[in-house]
Amino acid sequence: MARQEIMTINMGPHHPSTHGVLRVILELDGEVVVNAVPDIGYLHRGVEKLSESRKYLQVLPLTDRLDYIAAGSNNLSYILAVEKLLGIEVPRRARYIRTAIAELFRIASHLLWLGTHAADIGAVTMLMYTLREREDILDLIEETAGTRMMPTYFRPGGVARDVLPDFTEKIKAFTRKIEAKIPEYERLLTKNRIWMRRTQGVGVISREDAISLGLSGPAARGSGVDWDIRRDEPYEVYDELDFNVPVLPEGDIYARYMVRLEEMRQASRMLKQLAEGLPEGDFIERAASKYVYPEKDRVKESMEAMIHHFKLVIEGLAPPAGEAYSTIEAPKGELGFYIVSDGGPKPYRLRIRPPSFVNLQSLLTMCKGNMVADVVAVIGSLDIVLGEIDR
Amino acid sequence: MTVNWNRQNYRGEIPEEHPAVLALRRDKASAVLEVGTSCGEVWAVVPPEEAVAALTLLRDDPALQFDFLSDLTAVHWPHRAGAEFEVVYQLYSISHHHRFRVKVRLAEGKSTPTATGVWATADWLEREVFDMFGIVFEGHPDPRRIINPEGFEGYPLRKEFPLEGRVRW
Repeated sequence: MARQEIMTINMGPHHPSTHGVLRVILELDGEVVVNAVPDIGYLHRGVEKLSESRKYLQVLPLTDRLDYIAAGSNNLSYILAVEKLLGIEVPRRARYIRTAIAELFRIASHLLWLGTHAADIGAVTMLMYTLREREDILDLIEETAGTRMMPTYFRPGGVARDVLPDFTEKIKAFTRKIEAKIPEYERLLTKNRIWMRRTQGVGVISREDAISLGLSGPAARGSGVDWDIRRDEPYEVYDELDFNVPVLPEGDIYARYMVRLEEMRQASRMLKQLAEGLPEGDFIERAASKYVYPEKDRVKESMEAMIHHFKLVIEGLAPPAGEAYSTIEAPKGELGFYIVSDGGPKPYRLRIRPPSFVNLQSLLTMCKGNMVADVVAVIGSLDIVLGEIDR
Repeated sequence: MTVNWNRQNYRGEIPEEHPAVLALRRDKASAVLEVGTSCGEVWAVVPPEEAVAALTLLRDDPALQFDFLSDLTAVHWPHRAGAEFEVVYQLYSISHHHRFRVKVRLAEGKSTPTATGVWATADWLEREVFDMFGIVFEGHPDPRRIINPEGFEGYPLRKEFPLEGRVRW
């Protein structure tokens, strides 16, 4: 028998296809991967520790910087946990707006994933197309929230300000555009023989392994796990929307690609319904005056409004003691916030359950026995963001 | 519109009636030290030596099927003598769509058995808890730090760890 030598090579943390600063220590037998140990933490900013020294509203901008590709989803999960602790109602209009922003960010995240994933495998053109459409979403977010990538737009009880009058028209125009563009992406990749050879049957993970390893989101649905939090534990207004959850049994990179493409179409479908049905009304719950800033005009006229404003700025909002765990279906999987409150104005403990961190655990299962070149494709198909993994 | 935070089988505010609590009391009465509820979510405290048996029971009971470990983390309560640390397991069932929370209370310096045999997810999550709190999980296959660098001293998420100005990196 020939003598076997295992070679250890280091991939990253400055490798362009690791989507940030991921380092993977690969053990190779020839070109076949024997072991892959991810080494993370290069982007650790101590968000959980920082949150314990910030007031609830000051934590909000930190959450934008976790999964910076889909900042709106992070805001949403955090705000839902805070609202759960406070026990406040949210007007329907605000819920519609928040759902629409979350779905816009889902498409933006999937577009960036599609472009970089295809570029990793060698189809560099894709990135130019997907970034072009993503720019439309970011423009819409900028008009609404004031910032392109880090909106910090949601507040406990609603959103920071109302949307512009042409918001619904712009969403409808965008859905028409993206629905015309997705077939163009598909024409480049779906039946492309190189794409199929690089992705079909590669990076396979079974349904049992996916559940045991905690895989969630599109990556799990590509392995036949029929689970979507938007459908199964509806939050915001997802129970009023009509949409399908794509599930494919193959468990390879191609299946995860097909699931995400279909999710973009479904998100566009939901956006159309949200734009059609956007109700009139207030964009923030004014009745919860202890937790919501009063209107600026009223602060100068009403003494109560002045007091509420002053107290909110100086003391911050203080939920009653307790704990809440909120999870949402973020573009990358199950995003959870576990907040323990001791009754004070700062979270006693804030835990972020990042989908990318848990999903990355299945890297070894997906890579083992594949070629070293497939590691890049597998990392791309997991759709990780290091800002969220390292926190 | 109010959001119904309680899912499926359980709709009340009484934690004793949660199906997971009922199952634990029925099959493993010694395992439940305390139950409680917060914001409509139910939790149970189990002793560390019974933790793996209780978690396995919750995973395998056909009516519960908590086959998905959503999250595993810890909370530091430095003023609770004898129970300074709380390890928190967030369970989810993919087939039944319900959630449950299990807590294990530990004294400073005490360890708890690993849950990696119950869910493979626990591997990295327990490493992170060890990294941030210094809680040792007995029998963990790879007990190393995960986010902080090797050779880092201290456990950042403990309350006595200062926010800034202690170690230079």
